[in-house]
Amino acid sequence: MWRDAVLVAGKDLRIEARSRVATNQVAPFAVLVLVLFAVALDADRRVLEQAAAGLLWVAVLLSTLLAVHRAQGVESAEGTGDALRLSGLDPAGIFLGKAAAVAVQLLALEVLLGVGVVVLYDIDPAGLGTLALTAGAATVGLAAAGTLYGVLATRSRVRETLLPLLLLPVVAPVLIAATRASEAALAGDPLGAAPQWLGLLGVFAVMYVGFGVVAFGPLMEEA
Amino acid sequence: MTNRTGTASALTLSLGLAAALALAGTVALGLTLPATVEQGEYSRLIAIHPGLAWASYLAFGVTAAASALWLWPRTRSSRWDLLAGSSAEIGVVFTALTLATGSIWGRPTWGVWWVWDARLTLSALMLALYLGYLALRRVPAPVDVRARRSAIAALLAVAVVPVNHFAVEWWRTLHQGRSLAQTTPGNDLDGIFVGVMLLGFLAMTLVYCWLLVHRVRVARLEDRLDEQSLAVALDERRREAVLAP
Repeated sequence: MWRDAVLVAGKDLRIEARSRVATNQVAPFAVLVLVLFAVALDADRRVLEQAAAGLLWVAVLLSTLLAVHRAQGVESAEGTGDALRLSGLDPAGIFLGKAAAVAVQLLALEVLLGVGVVVLYDIDPAGLGTLALTAGAATVGLAAAGTLYGVLATRSRVRETLLPLLLLPVVAPVLIAATRASEAALAGDPLGAAPQWLGLLGVFAVMYVGFGVVAFGPLMEEA
Repeated sequence: MTNRTGTASALTLSLGLAAALALAGTVALGLTLPATVEQGEYSRLIAIHPGLAWASYLAFGVTAAASALWLWPRTRSSRWDLLAGSSAEIGVVFTALTLATGSIWGRPTWGVWWVWDARLTLSALMLALYLGYLALRRVPAPVDVRARRSAIAALLAVAVVPVNHFAVEWWRTLHQGRSLAQTTPGNDLDGIFVGVMLLGFLAMTLVYCWLLVHRVRVARLEDRLDEQSLAVALDERRREAVLAP
């Protein structure tokens, strides 16, 4: 299972490295979202500073939709999905591989967005350890849930509109918990609230990785 | 049963009558409840609002149970799939009604139509979650594919509800505690209110059951129509083939 996961993740990341869709389209889109938030909020420094954590994670969520789309898109073109099914790879491995590839892209994107928030919204980076843990746990959850719902919505002509409707209510806890944990980290965590939110992120991540490993096989067979 | 062309039967008639009676009783008693000091006339919404919320939870619970039964190989049957979909549809309606009645109550009591309190947020997320589930069910697919996909989505949806619950609960809490937990002595919910509320629970449960039986039967008729129209189309093509020289 692990070997298959590494293979699939390597394949997806190679495709992304060569096609440059993630770097040329998804990353600029995410930064653009940050700029749009500033425009919408009238570039008020205080408002931006207060809302920075939430805006960052909304930008991550929107980018997750694109990344998941892309990850499923490469499997629906030219019968590659069928080839993957016929390859004899363990479905759980395929799930873990695809989720890992999405997670790697999201982590890179979060670093970029973090720098963007520091530069554009004038945030003093603090509590980097907590921020890193938050990003890690949230990313695993987002990538796992995204990959699972991606395959659920795949092969349908309404995929573009169905995926956000399915995925966004599900990842709402990630948005809430990641935002609160990041806010706490940036403020130096005076109330000691970060561990609670990190725990919730961890539970979500473990839950969706587990669901994916179990459910990906049956979902792939039918698609 | 298999040749039924309508959805009415002795069962739905008696369920419908019982539901109508219970609803009429709830409305009549609800309207005669005394206005309370704090909430005025709006306190009467207690007759229907908690009942609606309960029925929506019941509906989503039935969806989850039916989905699990479909996924379990020994109990796999298309009837569980139809039941899951039908129950979710009714659950969405009840959730929307819960939010609507809550808003009507919140406007005079809290001064706003909507507050970002834990339970409202949770209900809104649940509504979105099951709207997504229903959208997924509408995606054209073979019956078995649709059933498997929907069953997995339903179980995922029900699993995320507790996580959502904790997230929004920690995020903010403003809503008054659970309605029934407030019936301890010394509380302002006195006997008559509790009685009417419980009657509301019963009425909404009966309405839910009545709607569910009808909806499942409609779903079965839809499936049969699909099968029949395929058979009719095949038959026509065959006849064309015979007529052609």
